[in-house]
Amino acid sequence: MTPLLLAAEGEGGFHVPSISEFFPAAILFGGTPFEFNRLHLIRILATIALLTIFVLAARRAKVVPGRFQAAIELVLGFVRKNIVEEVMGVERGRRYLPMITTIFVTILAFNLTGVIPGLNLAGTSVAGVAILLALWVFVAYWAAGIRKHGFFGYLRNTMFPPGIPAPIYVILAPIELLQILIIRPASLVIRLTANMVAGHIMLVLCFAATHFLLLEAGPELKVLSALTLAGGLAITLFEVFVAGLQAYIFAILASAYINMSLEEEH
Amino acid sequence: MDLTTLAAIDGSINTIGYGIAALGPGIGLGILIGKTVEGMARQPEVAGQLRTTMLIGLAFVEILALLGFVAGFIY
Repeated sequence: MTPLLLAAEGEGGFHVPSISEFFPAAILFGGTPFEFNRLHLIRILATIALLTIFVLAARRAKVVPGRFQAAIELVLGFVRKNIVEEVMGVERGRRYLPMITTIFVTILAFNLTGVIPGLNLAGTSVAGVAILLALWVFVAYWAAGIRKHGFFGYLRNTMFPPGIPAPIYVILAPIELLQILIIRPASLVIRLTANMVAGHIMLVLCFAATHFLLLEAGPELKVLSALTLAGGLAITLFEVFVAGLQAYIFAILASAYINMSLEEEH
Repeated sequence: MDLTTLAAIDGSINTIGYGIAALGPGIGLGILIGKTVEGMARQPEVAGQLRTTMLIGLAFVEILALLGFVAGFIY
């Protein structure tokens, strides 16, 4: 079977997914810093869709919610109960609820464009969106810590947690500083982007293999295309799950980081 | 074909690198999540708190695997 597959592959029919999937050809302003490609178009469409949904829900808000309003309230209620209030508590969470809700629904909408037929590329699969949101979280937890403890108080609180033998601070303090300066925001960005990139590459691989096996491979390989197609559909469903999971993780880590800045002095 | 070369493969060794990079975090995630489930089963009333702590720990473990994934593209 292998020589047959190799022979067919030699004709150049199989599309191997690569990182270039995420940098499609420019539609407008090619070559300038304002280059506009399919990914940007997808992001704008997702933003418009998100705004439309929430404006409609807010306009028609009734005391007794209809089905549409109930669905929106389910999402908002989930962010409020299971993310913000769970991590920060009711009092502290009220201030940060709008921010975390925005982060959650933005990431959810941008992730879901990866599985919507016709768009097929997650808005978050290039690091820009994630960097912007991570910077917002970065500023938020620094601001929260400084407002509560003062600049040096915040640093002392984070870098020198009490109850640890003094020599250990030589190792611990730099790590903690690195943690709040670089590792936290960078890990937020890498986690979201790498997950979306990996998901998209798996999808491309499955559907490209289906296309190749069905149309170009030898007759005895055509059967396998059913397998890859089923795999592609299963991964699509898995991607819907990942879209929600990544939005949840980003939001819960953002609230946990802010909450850590607000911890009482020991 | 020369006699000293018996078999040859071409491609990127990065793919193997990612496989190795995923081993440690895989074990780590297993222990982390397994222990959390154990804790939840023993004490369901603190399930929410455990889940939050688990997700923060998960962030540290998972980033290792993802760094392996990213490194495959960069180098």
